[in-house]
Amino acid sequence: MNDIPVIIGAGPAGIRAAQTLVEFGVRPIILDEGMRWGGQIYRQQPTNFGRTSRQLYGFDSSKADALSKVFMGLMNQVDYRPQSLVWNVEQNRLDVIHQGQSTMLPWQSLIVATGATDRVLPFPGWTLPGVFTMGATQIALKYQACAIGAQVILAGTGPLLYLVAYQYVKAGATVLAVLDTAHFSSQIKALPGLLNQPIQLARGMYYVGWLMSRGIKIRRGIRIVRAEGKNTIEALVIKNERGVVETLPCDALGVGYALRPETQIADGLGCEFKFDPMQRAHVPVKDIAGRSSLDGVYLAGDGAGIMGADAAELSGELSALALVLDRAVHPGDAEPLRRRAKYLERRIQNITRFRAGLETAFPCPDNWIEQLTDETIICRCEEITFGHIRDAITTCDIREVNRLKALSRAGMGRCQGRMCSQASAEILAHLTKQPLLNVGRLRGQPPIKPVPAHILAEASTPKTEAAK
Amino acid sequence: MSEKNLYDVIIVGGGIVGTSAALKLRSFGLTVCLLERGVCGSRSSGINYGGVRRQGRSLAQMPLTQRAHSIWGRLKEMIGIDGEYVRSGHLKLARSQADMESLTRYKERTAEIDLGLELLSSAQLRARFPWLGERAIGGSLCPEDGHANPRLISPAFARAALRAGTQIFENCSAQSFLHNGQHFEVKVDIQAEPLKSVFLLNCAGAWSNNVCETFGEKVPMTNSHPLMVVTDALPAFMNLSLGVEGGGVYVRQVSRGNCVLGGSQGYQLDANRARPGGDGIELVLKGAVELLPNLRHAQVVRTWSGVEGRLPDREPVISFSSTTPGLLHGFGFAGAGFQIGPAVGEVLAEMVAHGKTSIPIEAFSIKRF
Repeated sequence: MNDIPVIIGAGPAGIRAAQTLVEFGVRPIILDEGMRWGGQIYRQQPTNFGRTSRQLYGFDSSKADALSKVFMGLMNQVDYRPQSLVWNVEQNRLDVIHQGQSTMLPWQSLIVATGATDRVLPFPGWTLPGVFTMGATQIALKYQACAIGAQVILAGTGPLLYLVAYQYVKAGATVLAVLDTAHFSSQIKALPGLLNQPIQLARGMYYVGWLMSRGIKIRRGIRIVRAEGKNTIEALVIKNERGVVETLPCDALGVGYALRPETQIADGLGCEFKFDPMQRAHVPVKDIAGRSSLDGVYLAGDGAGIMGADAAELSGELSALALVLDRAVHPGDAEPLRRRAKYLERRIQNITRFRAGLETAFPCPDNWIEQLTDETIICRCEEITFGHIRDAITTCDIREVNRLKALSRAGMGRCQGRMCSQASAEILAHLTKQPLLNVGRLRGQPPIKPVPAHILAEASTPKTEAAK
Repeated sequence: MSEKNLYDVIIVGGGIVGTSAALKLRSFGLTVCLLERGVCGSRSSGINYGGVRRQGRSLAQMPLTQRAHSIWGRLKEMIGIDGEYVRSGHLKLARSQADMESLTRYKERTAEIDLGLELLSSAQLRARFPWLGERAIGGSLCPEDGHANPRLISPAFARAALRAGTQIFENCSAQSFLHNGQHFEVKVDIQAEPLKSVFLLNCAGAWSNNVCETFGEKVPMTNSHPLMVVTDALPAFMNLSLGVEGGGVYVRQVSRGNCVLGGSQGYQLDANRARPGGDGIELVLKGAVELLPNLRHAQVVRTWSGVEGRLPDREPVISFSSTTPGLLHGFGFAGAGFQIGPAVGEVLAEMVAHGKTSIPIEAFSIKRF
């Protein structure tokens, strides 16, 4: 094989993909934005911090250790490039910033394992200091050994809500309440699906029981009304399970409604997307092995649709096997590879059923838009409010998200809609009474993340002729 | 054939030219139907750099650009928004003595036209615009030129045309055109019956050759893909629109503080779309940072490109058809149509209503190819 496969992302999917390629004698390039491998889920603490793996990753410490050991063992057999930001992707070309320089990297085979970020649903007061997404709430603890506040409320929905609460209390932080927007009845209804991963289910129940035994208030079927405070959050106002408004004092709020895949690279490459009703978002099309609609592009892990860390490991291996099979890297009998692939596919299918169960147990709330006021900021980068978006939709008869971006500026700032596009799309669908599918998805453009002008100005351009 | 499908004028293309033509035609009391394949003002009209400048245009365009200048002065009363339009001045910089001589000659050649050009020496430039880098050695300022936000303005022209009574079909693709001896017939994908009209206006931008070809007057138009880059918001340091003699770099800072930069080309993605490439983005930054060292530490937050029609002499086609009575063309602005677009729309409307226009347009005839 002449081409050197490139793996983007060194989380669980990227690491297992790398391991698999190395097994077949391939030395992949691994580009990762992080300083150290592990991705978000197994993010490592700074090198001079001394917490044990058990303290950091809890029940998942053996998985974290195993993965980390694998990666350290691969070091001499892969071309690992941490702190590398892929800011532009084209057919057969990546532009990468590393150590203050932008360089062009040609590719023929690519495994995209870009992971996920929080799904953000705004509410009045969500931009106050002290309000964090659930992912950030967890990272503060995992990475920096910090709690987000002294009197913490955790709210939203999803299994991460209970996991983070458990981790916070275990680390000695004060969690005043765990507020789930999902109803208990949804969680009962989801049991059959959740039984596909009995260990995960047992663990979730363990967290709940453990929290309750320590007197942590767990409340379900609530609705977030607003965060209040002058310079920082001072209280969370909710509508409780009986529809009564309550004001709960706190100095920090972690709030999360599950995750959304990071799809900009797949989009930039030109991968075909489809709407996934379960994730309420457009995700890149792939077969179960991770083959995208484009030859040579494989998608693995949460970046191709949220499935969690275990599925990410499996899909990382599976996508690398698909690459090995497609590119005929393996000279011998392909049958054992196919059997291994089948085994991985079955395990992923089980997780898929579990994942559907999770959606039933912790549905994305459908009433959050009703809480928005005209002043609520939807797009933080450009400070675009709900009132402005609604007026733009009405005045200009907007039916589609790219038009909404052009005429309201929501999604035009530094994050290019990574944080607000889900909310904007939901608002547009709601106000125009269209199914979410019909409002479309934002067209991505480089840069994938903001880049300093001087780095681009100093790049040695043009440089692509050889690659194209 | 039902009467409701018969119009005085059908306009193909909902860009700034087509929509401003519709607006003017309605003021003459004509019935107008406008067809837009996507949504109005979302192609080159809506995604250009946003320069509203007369300086640098050919002498042939002077009457048109001056007419447009007066239209821009009445923008808000016409379309209901100011669209961030500012008469901030357009400064064209010289990077060599030859450039400066060229700017001087331009001022002489346009002396009879009221552009108010001011030539600035290197010392005058530094005194007035201390943020300029070393590369600029002189310049020419057109104080009444400026810039605006195309993504707001071009759709607003469409809304004004709609309010004035234009029948607008968006997301409507014209499948075929013919003249049946009496009327034009346009088949569209959204209804079975063809639309009919006495006049047909071809304002379809880079895609205008579809109409030209049907009526036997294909033009040698090629595509270009201007590439734009936007920085995050910087402290306000200028409100001018900057260009350079010979082209290649242009920069403006908007009131929010973001700088919009252009000067290179994207690449064609498919028949209808273009995208910025890594090399093109880096080229824009090289040129812009050289002129404006302030930009060095800005963050690039977004980019875009689009598809623009360009004829060999870089002049547009604004013309009666040479083959088909009742057919008129207005397209091919080579990346410089935003400022003159509203005037071109008015001129086309006059040509429909009166059979002629007071603006000289011989240089833009379709017969020149």
